[in-house]
Amino acid sequence: MVRHEDEIIRKRQRERARIMALLLGGFVVLMFLITIAKTGMNW
Amino acid sequence: MTNPAALPADWRDFLALTKPRVMSLVVFSGLAGLLAAPALPPLVLGFTAILCIALGAGACGALNQWYEADLDKKMRRTAKRPLPDGRMDRQSALHFGVGLGTFSVLLMGLATNWLAAVLLAASILFYVVVYTVWLKPRTPQNIVIGGAAGAFPPLIGWVAATGHFAALPLLLFAIVFLWTPPHFWALSLFVRSDYAAAGIPMLPVVAGIQATRRQIFLYSLPMGAAAVAPWPLGLTGALYGIAAGGLTLGFLVLAARVLMNRATEPKLMGPEKRLFGYSVMYLFALFGALVADRWLAW
Repeated sequence: MVRHEDEIIRKRQRERARIMALLLGGFVVLMFLITIAKTGMNW
Repeated sequence: MTNPAALPADWRDFLALTKPRVMSLVVFSGLAGLLAAPALPPLVLGFTAILCIALGAGACGALNQWYEADLDKKMRRTAKRPLPDGRMDRQSALHFGVGLGTFSVLLMGLATNWLAAVLLAASILFYVVVYTVWLKPRTPQNIVIGGAAGAFPPLIGWVAATGHFAALPLLLFAIVFLWTPPHFWALSLFVRSDYAAAGIPMLPVVAGIQATRRQIFLYSLPMGAAAVAPWPLGLTGALYGIAAGGLTLGFLVLAARVLMNRATEPKLMGPEKRLFGYSVMYLFALFGALVADRWLAW
């Protein structure tokens, strides 16, 4: 049972790490695009 | 036996905390406000504004579920949510909600303007503090006043695009504000026993079924007037005016059928269920017509 729980924990940690990596990557790209858009505007 | 609460929560449970179905209507009304504005920001800034509105709505959902976890356990409709079902601990939901809300406001301010960010922050605080914590457990007027929180997105979308207020987005605010009570009370009529079991003073629980039906019809009248008003006021074209008139007529007919219904059993509340379903479609179609009018007719 403990081994089964370990497997679930590892699986969820892996999934969450992958999603966090994707979100952070997306955030970096978004900030880059926002910066380009803002510097090209006279706001 | 594995204790689900002792495990790290699944990412799908974090997604469920954001109430994606509610979020879709919020995002759509925010998008409509942004697209109805006279000047559009660059695509990436418009996208970011809508993203921030979505994240802010997600934060509201998470904080609402964090605060109401014990109440949700008592209602059949909400008992399978991540917190009452024991799939997530409350602290994770709180951290997620606060983090998401703070992030959405800061990103909105950086990407568009700080007036839009202040409005987004106000809508999140209004939903969580004024509606969820203060009004909902105390008064049957919870939906009436709390409805203001859901009325912010079109205003935020407009302000994100233009940086200032105008008559049309204020009317959009009024439409959603007046639409919320008939929409929610139609639902609360056929899930009344759930609210009663949880001790939430929704109007059908406190004032009774017939009084709620009367209020649904009465609120539908100013809602309809607000929905049609942009056309005679010269803020939109005929396309929107005709669509708003037709859609509102349908809403009033269904609200009148609710008024005439005398059933007390949820399974006999067909008119209430039809009005609830129509009310969701109504707002989508109304705002869709607004955007179509702005882009096709002008």
